[in-house]
Amino acid sequence: MTSTHAAPELSYLDHKVAMYRCQVALRQFEQRAYDLFLENFVKGTSHLSIGQEAIAAGVAAAMRPTDWTFATYRGHAHTLARGVPMTPIFAELMGRTNGLMAGKGGSMHLTSVEHGMMGSYAIIGAHLPIACGAAWSAQYRGTDQVAVAFFGDGSVNIGAFHEALNFAAVWKLPVIFFCENNLWMEYTRTSDVTAVANPAADRAAAYGLESIIVDGNDADAVYEVTSLAIARARAGEGPSMIEAKTYRHGGHSRADPGKYRPDEELAEWLLKDPIPLYRSRLLEMGVSEDDLLVLEADVDAEVETATNEAKAGGVPGEDLLLKDVWADGGASWRN
Amino acid sequence: MAQLTFREAIARGIAQEMRRDDSVVFLGEDVGAAGGVFKGTVGLLEEFGDVRVRDTPISEQAILGAAMGAAMTGLRPIAEIMFSDFFAVCWDIVANEIAKSRYMTNGQVTFPLVIRSGNGGGLRFGAQHSQSVENWAMMIPGLKVVVPSNAVDVIGLMAASIRDPDPVIFLEAKALYASKMDVPDGEIVDTLGSAKVLRQGSNATVVALGSMVPKALQAAEELATNGIECTVIDVRSLVPLDTTTILREVSATGRMFTVEENPRLCGWGAELASIIADEVFYDLDGPIVRITTPHIPLPAADALEDLAIPSVERIVNTIHKSMNS
Repeated sequence: MTSTHAAPELSYLDHKVAMYRCQVALRQFEQRAYDLFLENFVKGTSHLSIGQEAIAAGVAAAMRPTDWTFATYRGHAHTLARGVPMTPIFAELMGRTNGLMAGKGGSMHLTSVEHGMMGSYAIIGAHLPIACGAAWSAQYRGTDQVAVAFFGDGSVNIGAFHEALNFAAVWKLPVIFFCENNLWMEYTRTSDVTAVANPAADRAAAYGLESIIVDGNDADAVYEVTSLAIARARAGEGPSMIEAKTYRHGGHSRADPGKYRPDEELAEWLLKDPIPLYRSRLLEMGVSEDDLLVLEADVDAEVETATNEAKAGGVPGEDLLLKDVWADGGASWRN
Repeated sequence: MAQLTFREAIARGIAQEMRRDDSVVFLGEDVGAAGGVFKGTVGLLEEFGDVRVRDTPISEQAILGAAMGAAMTGLRPIAEIMFSDFFAVCWDIVANEIAKSRYMTNGQVTFPLVIRSGNGGGLRFGAQHSQSVENWAMMIPGLKVVVPSNAVDVIGLMAASIRDPDPVIFLEAKALYASKMDVPDGEIVDTLGSAKVLRQGSNATVVALGSMVPKALQAAEELATNGIECTVIDVRSLVPLDTTTILREVSATGRMFTVEENPRLCGWGAELASIIADEVFYDLDGPIVRITTPHIPLPAADALEDLAIPSVERIVNTIHKSMNS
């Protein structure tokens, strides 16, 4: 299975090509996930990252394999970007035994501890204090691991956000709080319900942190600002909060066509689509059109193979139903 | 052998485990320099230092979130929620995150953590600092729930909870903090999911938890003078639940009375009553009777609080009346 994870030892240009491949893979994966919904292979809900790929790709490229990602329910892209293959993710969305969690978690809870993907959390803001705990563990054990917690602009008005920021600041924890500001809190414009213009960055000062804003549709910019924040965290200089400006091309979730957004706003952001922008940049840097076409065809094939492998997975049965409530593998609450 | 209070036993239990395992860390509000608002953690900061014993801001979600994140990455944290009523402000972390994540991830993560909390009434603190919330925790799949009733059990069950690979809600009856008993020297380690038969009698089985245990014992002594001999069981652990011991002892006497501090609806005794009715119904000689706090927020006035929480007198009268009807 091809990995979409960018290894840090790559050459300058190879590194950028890898970040491009990652973005293309995230886009193709999400488009296929949407198609599988329409075909009723995927039940329930899902929240796609189409339009926001530069963030997942740029941040993951700045992380080491031993670092930890804590994502939201909009977590397919972050899971893929940490190197989790497509097949178990598609299979998880389809509720199959070859799913990443054998179908027990679903789209909103993708987790792969072996890849440092420490979970996708579907209660707004909850994972921010949890990421603090992982960072505390690294600090206590004297490793230089860093935790990165992604969250949306809608998360900045919930209590856990503020508790986590203060907690991380006073304990100088190696954690990066990364806001993917896509301007819309579910169906409501974030600026209509938030007292400051930059929902995360304008709050940074309240916790003694630097205000950092980055173009979330530029993977290089995301990579650079994240690398700096991670370096500070590894050096024991404490947490950072980064606010990336971006846009989701679709609605909040599967059920939402996103019609509340003005056409001109969507049109404006489609012009800022991170993937064609990055592709042009690579061509300017001397990567050949042919090489990119091969790369894109390779991702297409990966998506196709993974889709078929996922569909071939079994339907989970009763053996999984009562498994792993407890560490002993069972669900017994009495003798 | 030394005489220890319940509150001193808490610090001793934690210290015992922190000495043997460097991955055990402890965090909470006022737990370090102040030694805990109930003085249950005096001396821990001095012995283990401020890297392992950490005072936190008033941020219950951050405290429990940090404990969860630390537990899933190699530590064995103990977190304190000062009053169990405060679980209401961080219940998402308990009920949605800690309790569900192992199952949702198909066993990829474990949460060896303990959340200790002062629980229940008797201190005239009023409704927001007095509720007995063991039934809140018991109804969440994925949480173990431990409620000791004396100093020796505090140490042994604390050790067992810290060593357990699953999340444990450890509820300390505030009304018992000042109670004393002789405690053996040396390491004490108990077993989760084991109820204790404290007294054997042939007429009725009284099942009690936490602060209700000494009251149930005292009631049994009084009932004995009236010719009613009771078995008294200290449940000690709601999850896992030692149904083997309870079923056996209820079958032996043919009667079960529960004594519960929680407000009535969905108290742990209701679950026990259901199990008894399902599994040993034909061994019963009379109705199962639950003696509980009424379904009310707890009042502050001493006279009212004493009316609300089951008293020795109420336990005696209820059992006496039921056994003679």
